[in-house]
Amino acid sequence: MEELRSQMAGTVFEVLVKEGQQVTAGQTVIIIESMKMEIPFEAESDGVVSKIHVSEGDFVNEDDVLITFA
Amino acid sequence: MKLYNEKLSENTEKIFAGGSRKYHDQLKEKNKLFVRDRLNLLFDHGEYEEDGRFANCVEKDLPADGVVCAIGKIEGQKVCVMANDSTVKAGSWGKRTVEKIIRIQETAEKLQVPLLYLVDSAGARITDQLEMFPGRRGAGRIFHNQVKLSGVIPQICLLFGPSAAGGAYIPAFCDIVIMVENNASMYLGSPRMAEKVIGEKVSLEEMGGAKMHCTISGCGDLLVQTEQQAIECARNYLSYFGANYNELPKTKESKSPVIGRTLEEIIPENQNIPFDMYELIDQLIDEGSFFEIKKLFAPELITGLARISGRTVGIIANQPKVKGGVLFVDSSDKAAKFIQLCDAYSIPLLFLADVPGFMIGTKVERAGIIRHGAKFISAMSSATVPKISVIVRKAYGAGLYAMCGPAFEPDVCIALPTAQIAVMGPEAAVNAVYSNKIEEIKNVKERVNFVKEKIDEYKEEIDIYKLASELVIDDIVAPSNLRETISNRLHYYSSKQIALPYRKHPVFPV
Repeated sequence: MEELRSQMAGTVFEVLVKEGQQVTAGQTVIIIESMKMEIPFEAESDGVVSKIHVSEGDFVNEDDVLITFA
Repeated sequence: MKLYNEKLSENTEKIFAGGSRKYHDQLKEKNKLFVRDRLNLLFDHGEYEEDGRFANCVEKDLPADGVVCAIGKIEGQKVCVMANDSTVKAGSWGKRTVEKIIRIQETAEKLQVPLLYLVDSAGARITDQLEMFPGRRGAGRIFHNQVKLSGVIPQICLLFGPSAAGGAYIPAFCDIVIMVENNASMYLGSPRMAEKVIGEKVSLEEMGGAKMHCTISGCGDLLVQTEQQAIECARNYLSYFGANYNELPKTKESKSPVIGRTLEEIIPENQNIPFDMYELIDQLIDEGSFFEIKKLFAPELITGLARISGRTVGIIANQPKVKGGVLFVDSSDKAAKFIQLCDAYSIPLLFLADVPGFMIGTKVERAGIIRHGAKFISAMSSATVPKISVIVRKAYGAGLYAMCGPAFEPDVCIALPTAQIAVMGPEAAVNAVYSNKIEEIKNVKERVNFVKEKIDEYKEEIDIYKLASELVIDDIVAPSNLRETISNRLHYYSSKQIALPYRKHPVFPV
């Protein structure tokens, strides 16, 4: 079980994956908008998206869990 | 005479052998080298002169009293070294250990040459505490000397094993700390002590391991896999420096940058799309010359030594690929220390700006982002070495200030044609100024048009040619000419001299 946490406070701009989807390491899975920048977050390792904790438009704080991988 | 010689070689052999077999075997198990093998690798041709070799030699089991102090050469440069021997009482410090370390510091000061600390020590020898801990020439003096020597001669720490309790301050006062993963650690209280005293159960690796210090606490600068790599890094690091603050950094033969994409290809037109600053740095510097410091810590800001046309330069660059290149608490600390390091040893600074500003929000305000940012700005502002500021893309708000904006006396502020300098970006500015007006417009299409119109107006207002026309920036340079102009200017500015104002020292923000 791996968690992708937000590196910074911001708003969820775009979720690029769906629950159950297979992802590979380095794949961009979510984009957070912060400080007027689009910040892409990548999957750290290969896996399957088991839960997406946020929706587009949500405010997230630094260290909040965005996506859980199985 | 023969008898005397025999006694001497017998004693010497015993000392060269270090601690007992058991402890040598333990080194092998942990992929660690014996202290004298480390020194053989560190010094040119493995040659060195040692002081205090017979320390505590009347005691049977304390060869050299657990520390080797020596003078030798690295790439022809004289250096002093203190190196713990963990086969002798776990490298712990007794009275003579401390005295030897103090003396090698005094030697390095007299000779004005770099000092390396090869640390692998369990800390104070409690049985000797009265002799080695509290007094005028007790362990405290080591740290006092380190502080006195800071900015006079380079001080480098290679951490091969533990650096425990008080001993953990040796790395803390060095210019750079190189840590070997899995073996090196720094902590004030061991996990066992943490459990006893505050009831916390934690592993050594989690609390004070090399990886933790190089990624999270920022106490470590370079994480390496083997001792050989650590020694190679230290030798390489010194090749960027003069012997002391009075000497200019060494220059090497110029090399072309690595073959890669052009700057035009690397920098996206859309200001909000990130790119990889490492790729851009590679196109500006001599191939293979980048020596990155704190790579794993606060990676939204890149700091490293490099050479441009053979000249040493310290690079401070925003990394838009990580956290959008926004400045945080840790990135500010990282920059402040690096700038001070370069300024102390006459290494010119090159700022590569693509920065949306300092991070905002509750979390960072509570962490004191203002005072941390002040450290960055203060260090940059007080640096008197040549400072070249390049606005690669955006430089917004205090981000412009931190990255050596025009007000901070850079020798030149260069903009690429893609540069945008402003209090804030166009979208944010329009939202801030016209928020009421925007809300009043009910028709969606009208609203979008209004915002677009205002953004265009704003962009015109901050047009880079307008700023150049007002002499805010000194030059606009085609990306393909950037390396050449930096290289020329480093040459021209090499005679820069600034008289320091009369005062003891500024009240440095912390």
